[in-house]
Amino acid sequence: MIATIVRKELKVLFTSPLAWTLLALMQLVLTWIFLGRLDAFLEMQSQLIQIANPPGITEIIVAPVFSMAAIVLLMVTPLLTMRLLAEERRNNTLVLLLSAPISVADIILGKFLSLIVFFFIMIALLAALSISLLMGGTLDFGLLLANVLGLLLIAACFVSLGLYVSSLTVYPAIAAAGALGLLLGLWVIDIVASDVDSIARNISLLKHYEHFNRGMIDTFSLAYFILFIVTFLVLTIHRMNGERLHG
Amino acid sequence: MTEKNVTVTLSAHNLSRDFGGHAAVQGINLELKRGEILGLLGPNGAGKTTTMRMLTGNLAPSAGSLAVCGVDLLSKPRDAKAYIGYLPEMPPLYREMTVNEYLQFVARLHRIGRHKMHAALDLVKQRCGLTAMGSRLIGMLSKGYQQRVGIAQAIIHDPDVIILDEPTVGLDPNQVREIRTLIRELGAARSVILSTHILPEVESVCDRVHIMYHGRIIFGDTMAGMKQREVSLEALFSKLTSNKEQTEDL
Repeated sequence: MIATIVRKELKVLFTSPLAWTLLALMQLVLTWIFLGRLDAFLEMQSQLIQIANPPGITEIIVAPVFSMAAIVLLMVTPLLTMRLLAEERRNNTLVLLLSAPISVADIILGKFLSLIVFFFIMIALLAALSISLLMGGTLDFGLLLANVLGLLLIAACFVSLGLYVSSLTVYPAIAAAGALGLLLGLWVIDIVASDVDSIARNISLLKHYEHFNRGMIDTFSLAYFILFIVTFLVLTIHRMNGERLHG
Repeated sequence: MTEKNVTVTLSAHNLSRDFGGHAAVQGINLELKRGEILGLLGPNGAGKTTTMRMLTGNLAPSAGSLAVCGVDLLSKPRDAKAYIGYLPEMPPLYREMTVNEYLQFVARLHRIGRHKMHAALDLVKQRCGLTAMGSRLIGMLSKGYQQRVGIAQAIIHDPDVIILDEPTVGLDPNQVREIRTLIRELGAARSVILSTHILPEVESVCDRVHIMYHGRIIFGDTMAGMKQREVSLEALFSKLTSNKEQTEDL
């Protein structure tokens, strides 16, 4: 049943120009950064040779692009999550899903997974961009893999939070603004925390993402991401069930 | 397929619902048999839609019990919902899908297998007069056709209980007649609950009528019984729902 929802969500997503526009724009922005980094690498190359253990192209080009990609995703996700539940509610189509012999958990998971599939496509494009560097050098595939995994996990975190905010309101615009506000808050909280061991630093999603960005798959970060995703999915399911009971 | 033979398809006992202290529906008892079309009448705000939302599992009742084809809707919602087809007041349509895409999605939601899908779609489109509209976008259809897609959505899985909330609103007289014929056809082997404001519609389609007022069912009789006693539905409706307003102040 989850597959039915995923299929329908992807169909609706890709019949609207929004998905295509976002994919194209993200690709444009990230390729631009990628080329910029490539340019910088070529300029630095003569100096790099003189260093005993120089950083490779993966560190200099790929990692910064993935780091930027996380911020681009932060901006883009609310635009995609806003429609998931708020728009269904506003168009009175939520009734169709709720009257069907399918559980609320299946509906929510289906909607969540549909956007994960979407972001997987986007991240695969980004990985393909990185792999194109093989034409002129060698890649650190371990680092690339850590980056791909990290980006996928942080995208899943954004989606689960966006989905929850979308479940709270009837207006897609409010769902988008709310999700963006919260995500920006989670980003800024990291700037505020100058102290290395402060709690605020541990809450920041992008701080945890940095570990993946540097090629370190930290169990604590992994656990934090997974907890974050599960928490907001459960909250969303709870909220949708509550609507039936109290609304 | 033992459930298919059960004659009582829907039974609700003492169904109540309040919204933050305000009782929208109080102690409703309903029993519906196969082959029966029940008209649910009442002025605006009488609790008809709330009742229907409870009967379809969209809203949990504050009190009472509810069974569809012998399956308890509150403890086994997924099994019970499979027997229900529901057309809400606003048809739940995805405007960006074509009629075929939409009906396929609904069929999948109701676990209609791939090999049965084609036949189910053809049958429902033929029934609702949508055969020529399969590849049209729902958003581009006229109100009447959108309403038909809404009805198609409610009957595609051949449910035992069909619940229609004002199905003929906004349709032209020809479409109204067609939809009424369809409802009578559907009601021959299933149970239908029809909510409406149009009294002649009830007289022409329904076997039984309930009148709701202030969250209660204040009248219930068969059409045949009313005809025998020569009671006019219109006179009865205005007597019951306007007199009460002065005497019973909520």
